[in-house]
Amino acid sequence: MAGFDYDVLIIGGGPGGYVAGIRAGQLGLKAAVIERDKVGGVCLNVGCIPSKALIHQAELFRSIPNLRDMGLAVDTAGFDYTHVFDKSRKASDTLVKGVQFLLKKNKVETIVGEGTISGKNEVSLKDGKKITGKNLVIATGSRPRVIPGFEFDEKQVLSSTGAIMLPKLPRKAIILGAGAIGVEFSHVFNAFGVEVHLVEMLDRILPIEDAEAVQVLARAFQKRGVQMYTGTKAVSMQKGAGGVSVVLEDKSGTRKTVEADQILVVVGRTPNTDGIGLEKVGIPTERGFIPVGDFNQTRVPGIYAIGDVVNTPLLAHVAFKEAELAVEHMAGKSPHPRLDLLSIPSATYCEPQVASFGLPEWKATEQKVAFAKASFPYRGAGKSVAVEQSEGFVKVLYDPKTKEIIGVHIVGADATELIHEMLLGRTAELLPEDIAEMIHAHPTLSEAVCEAMRAVEGWAIHI
Amino acid sequence: MPEKILMMALSPTMETGTLVRWRKKEGEAVASGDVLCEVETDKATMDYESTSDGTLLKIVVPAGGQAKVGDTIAIMGKPGEDFSALLAEAKPAAVKPAPAAGSSAATVAAGAVATPTAPAALAPSTAGRIKSSPLARRIAMQKGIDLRSLRGSGPEGRIVKRDLDSAPIAGLAAAPAPAGPIYTPGPGDEVVPLSSMRRIIARRLSQSMFSAPHYYLTVAITMDELLATRARLNAGREKKASMNAFLMAIAGRALLHHPKVNSSWNGDSIIRHTAADIGLAVAQPDGLITPVVRDCGRKGILGIDAELADLVERARAGKLQPAEYDGATFTISSLGSSGIDEFTAVINPPGSAILAVGAIRKEPVVGDGDTIAIRQRMRVTLSCDHRVIDGAVGAAFLRELADMLENPMLALA
Repeated sequence: MAGFDYDVLIIGGGPGGYVAGIRAGQLGLKAAVIERDKVGGVCLNVGCIPSKALIHQAELFRSIPNLRDMGLAVDTAGFDYTHVFDKSRKASDTLVKGVQFLLKKNKVETIVGEGTISGKNEVSLKDGKKITGKNLVIATGSRPRVIPGFEFDEKQVLSSTGAIMLPKLPRKAIILGAGAIGVEFSHVFNAFGVEVHLVEMLDRILPIEDAEAVQVLARAFQKRGVQMYTGTKAVSMQKGAGGVSVVLEDKSGTRKTVEADQILVVVGRTPNTDGIGLEKVGIPTERGFIPVGDFNQTRVPGIYAIGDVVNTPLLAHVAFKEAELAVEHMAGKSPHPRLDLLSIPSATYCEPQVASFGLPEWKATEQKVAFAKASFPYRGAGKSVAVEQSEGFVKVLYDPKTKEIIGVHIVGADATELIHEMLLGRTAELLPEDIAEMIHAHPTLSEAVCEAMRAVEGWAIHI
Repeated sequence: MPEKILMMALSPTMETGTLVRWRKKEGEAVASGDVLCEVETDKATMDYESTSDGTLLKIVVPAGGQAKVGDTIAIMGKPGEDFSALLAEAKPAAVKPAPAAGSSAATVAAGAVATPTAPAALAPSTAGRIKSSPLARRIAMQKGIDLRSLRGSGPEGRIVKRDLDSAPIAGLAAAPAPAGPIYTPGPGDEVVPLSSMRRIIARRLSQSMFSAPHYYLTVAITMDELLATRARLNAGREKKASMNAFLMAIAGRALLHHPKVNSSWNGDSIIRHTAADIGLAVAQPDGLITPVVRDCGRKGILGIDAELADLVERARAGKLQPAEYDGATFTISSLGSSGIDEFTAVINPPGSAILAVGAIRKEPVVGDGDTIAIRQRMRVTLSCDHRVIDGAVGAAFLRELADMLENPMLALA
């Protein structure tokens, strides 16, 4: 190891960093993760995991009417959001400890501190300590994007972090940005009785998803009283003692003022690439992101960048994969290079769920990709009717010539789990007929997946 | 243990070989290095040498039969060994219709493949042994690609879609059928089965014509000076240096001055070659072949002539090795001796240009001062691949080549 403290020195212990550490340990490399806070990053601490705990409880709460249907008297007077919040912290703490254990098990050291790159093979901590590594992995993640005029104070103007850490719900909230995070918070807040005003600059909520799938969700939101403002931007904000007052402007220029206790600004994330010493080693950034090769190598040999600092979808599972690619590459293995951008799943957890990969119809049209489509409604799968989850559909976009799967969009119950059979179909290069002819257990929601593939072949049975 | 002897790829482009003749008989002892049989590949007839010692137990593909690369053509082992299991394995894929006894190899070959539709593509019975994704199999079927010609880059060597992106297209018979009619031979019509060479010509040249955007530049060249130079060089020489040797030497020098012409299209890049390896189209009884003289730009006329004479002689006999006809960076095709004045030629990949050379004839030429003189004139047409060579680039090269031919001293400058 010629004088280096570690084979692999990882800056940041989020989903990218800790997986890089574990994978390095598995491959027999001496690795360390430098983390300024808790391992697990945004995902485990203030992102995916605690938010799923909130969503799960929101859905339990939303099922109270179903209990009443059974004749039960349910008294909601004792409802206290603090308990909901506490549970979400518990989930987070449990998983953080889990990651700490996994790192230890794989002999990965955790160094507490804020690391900045000070040389090709060297990272300095705030206290002046220098650590060297044969390879460096930049996994410093991202932070909520700030928009001028709407700077976070985490009291009245919340980032996603502030919203996750709220011990008490507002009565009325404005949510700026209807991407996955905005939509999930709308879902949670609405379920617990908060008056939600969801504002999106583009023409629909979840603008990168397939428009037909989003329509199902938008209808459900509307029914539940989520107020949506699409094609609308927030032009200014005033803070007062009792709350915030926000001026919205739609495409025609019509303005409207909405008042709320709090505003949640979730309009994307900014990569943490400033102040980490990139300039010391000559690594450039493009719009804040670090350009990398097929195995996440930066321009400097031996330095890799993974996760949210790279311009691939800012998702934990993308960071996981990039961590594998980078570490296997430095270990001299030859991983299958490059992420297939059409094979990255996305999952939005609300009711109904929205899950997808590949091209949505609007994008295929925009990119002039030839496609054909088929879809199958949930209600055609008997199970969905039995469990009162019959809203939704499975939609497949495929190459009309070869029937290669180029996009799948599922909206409905458990969509985020159902998507994976389709995704395996794409990555293993199965054809629709392979899935259409496979026996699916009855009764399951997966039957809708099978039927959608039969629909591609022109012989869906239950419709 | 008996062993299967498989058809090998005897040239880089070979997909199928025709067994011309077995040189060993069943029951005969074979030593490593012995010639087992002769195989007609797409370009030449090659000796198939044994790589092991043993006894030839069974000939699976008889003379005149065809075998795809990887098919079992024979079984070797110790005398008396039981090879029935191997034979059973080999049968479905490899055994071709047996030849009629006593007929010559050539006529048998004709009889054996009388159905012109036999595509070189996927027999479903053998596809199971190749690891490939369902999508890859479908694309291969649609494009007429033989999966056996590919190496898989997927998990455990599985052939996946990306492996097919750059794969060669198999014989045209396997390509999607054109919309036009499939002809039914009339009474008295002769159905000529495709030889390996005919197949490969059809494939390579169609591919070139359909993928490389061709354009053509023609120029008339006054040849008096070159003819005089050649006469002086050949005076008193028993073996006269050929006009082709002159053309190749001079074209080689012009190519070194114009590296953009001496280049290959490589999908996502262009390769500039440092040596001018010039192929010369040579007619054969059933087709043509292009023996290549390497590095013509740095060789003398007599050296090129000697090499060319040897290559052409062996080309006509069908005895060239693949290395001797593959990889021309530029090609010359001459129909002057057939009395053709000018013509256009199809580019021969990996080269990006081909020079079509017409006959030399006396013609009235308007010279300086509007005088008319009788001159020896030759028309040449350069076909260029526009992906690699733009019009002005092709024109500059052709102009310099013409100048050098008109005034051979320039080639030495």
